[in-house]
Amino acid sequence: MIQVRGIHKSFGEQHVLRGIDVDFHEGQCNLIIGLSGSGKTVFLKSVLGLHALDQGTISFDGRVLGEMGKKEVKALRQEMGMVFQGSALFNSLTIAENVRLPLDFFASMTEAEKDERVRFCLERVRIEPDSFSKTPAELSGGMQKRVAIARAIVLNPKYLFCDEPNSGLDPETAIVIDQLIHEITHEFGMTTVINTHDMNSVLEIGDHVILMENGIKAWEGTMEEVLDSDDSAVVDYVFRSNLFKKLRAALKKA
Amino acid sequence: MGAVAFLSGTTGTCGCENEEKEAGANPGYFCPHKAPNLAYFRGMIYRFLDGLGHYFRFLGEVFHKPEHGREYLKSFFREIELLGFSSIALVAFISVFMGAVLTIQTAINLDDPFVPDSYIAIAVREGIVLEFAPTIVSLILAGKVGSNIASTLGTMRVTEQMDALRVMGINPASYLVLPKLFACLLFNPILIVFSMALGLVGGYYAGDLLNLVNTEVFLSGYFIEFNPFYIVYSLTKATVFAFIIATVSAYFGYNVEGGAVEVGKASTKSVVAMSFTIILFNYILTDLLLQ
Repeated sequence: MIQVRGIHKSFGEQHVLRGIDVDFHEGQCNLIIGLSGSGKTVFLKSVLGLHALDQGTISFDGRVLGEMGKKEVKALRQEMGMVFQGSALFNSLTIAENVRLPLDFFASMTEAEKDERVRFCLERVRIEPDSFSKTPAELSGGMQKRVAIARAIVLNPKYLFCDEPNSGLDPETAIVIDQLIHEITHEFGMTTVINTHDMNSVLEIGDHVILMENGIKAWEGTMEEVLDSDDSAVVDYVFRSNLFKKLRAALKKA
Repeated sequence: MGAVAFLSGTTGTCGCENEEKEAGANPGYFCPHKAPNLAYFRGMIYRFLDGLGHYFRFLGEVFHKPEHGREYLKSFFREIELLGFSSIALVAFISVFMGAVLTIQTAINLDDPFVPDSYIAIAVREGIVLEFAPTIVSLILAGKVGSNIASTLGTMRVTEQMDALRVMGINPASYLVLPKLFACLLFNPILIVFSMALGLVGGYYAGDLLNLVNTEVFLSGYFIEFNPFYIVYSLTKATVFAFIIATVSAYFGYNVEGGAVEVGKASTKSVVAMSFTIILFNYILTDLLLQ
């Protein structure tokens, strides 16, 4: 479980995170939603330890990030996987080499075991073996995202973070990616935290949904509660579009 | 009155909103609307020292002890190919023509029956070994290799590839820069020796093809009173310039903030900074080693 307590983060005069308390439970897809500029990405990067906090604590199964030594932080990092918004695959490496890189650095495995693990992870995200030797530039956006997921899970992490995994993808591919993340989370019992704008993701895989507004947690609940909620923050954000207004009306009627 | 205002840094205050906005956040800021005064030069020195401090902190990160030597070694061989072998053709082309031009210019300027052709060869040899091969070729490599390093690292920064490495627990400064640095340190002196050899060959053939010199006398001139220390001097310069090329360009690329436009700007800035630094160190090393 990841526990976030009262975190604050500023960049110069700009106070981006203004005291957020939230728990992310294992085996759940925790979705963070909110308008652009609400602080979602800064929040995610702060939880990952990429931004130093001004105030507050983040603990991973009781291990407080700011109180750990360098070696402990390094060990913790090997329990984390991250899927970046733009995939962040290394252009100079092939697909297989991208996925293999964390193993080369941190796994005490034989070469054959590493090859097997890379093959398993890539096949798990439905990448065909004939694409293993391609470079990221030769793949579509959806395939790049799937390779990024394979790289994120190759060390069998306890915590998976995804920053807008559906951005720039067509609706069909977006659903595939959502389902993949959901399946992996439940299959491996990971604690998954996802930043998203995609309301379809919320309704597909949102075991736990957090709505952020101006650097604070404005609301939290489950995907069912999103549709039932009369909270003004949720209504303003989620039910802006006609599609969701109609869906909500139909559900209420039913 | 004007001098007092200059020294106190108050001349030409424009009072625009940029000046007010930046004053608190950026102590080295100087509004471009104002005429240069002491505050302007103070700001320049402040920014320079601030940048220098950041550069040395960056070097501290780069020289952090690598924990997975094998991965660094793999990366090192990739960089040798990318930064070293790919420069051979360019260096060969420039060196041959540089030697040829040097022979033509020297032969025309020393066109005197009392000056033997071996003197022309000596002038060409010293020019190539002492200055053209180590300095000019390094300046050209600063443009080719340096801008490549800056734009590669800058692109990795803006596409979050460096964040991806940090999340994995890999030090991006060390993993990305150290192999490039060692590739440059190893390959730059090799390229310089290669450039010297081709420069001398180019000089010889230019003299022969254009009938500017007696080739036998000219060739013997290449070996007259040669001081082997000049090779040491030249290779010392090549090594120092390789360090400058790799680290200065990496510093600019590594610290890019923004998008594609900023990557381009960082690449340009790095080439300018490398050129200045190489020229400055060329003077310092010449003064130290040849005096």
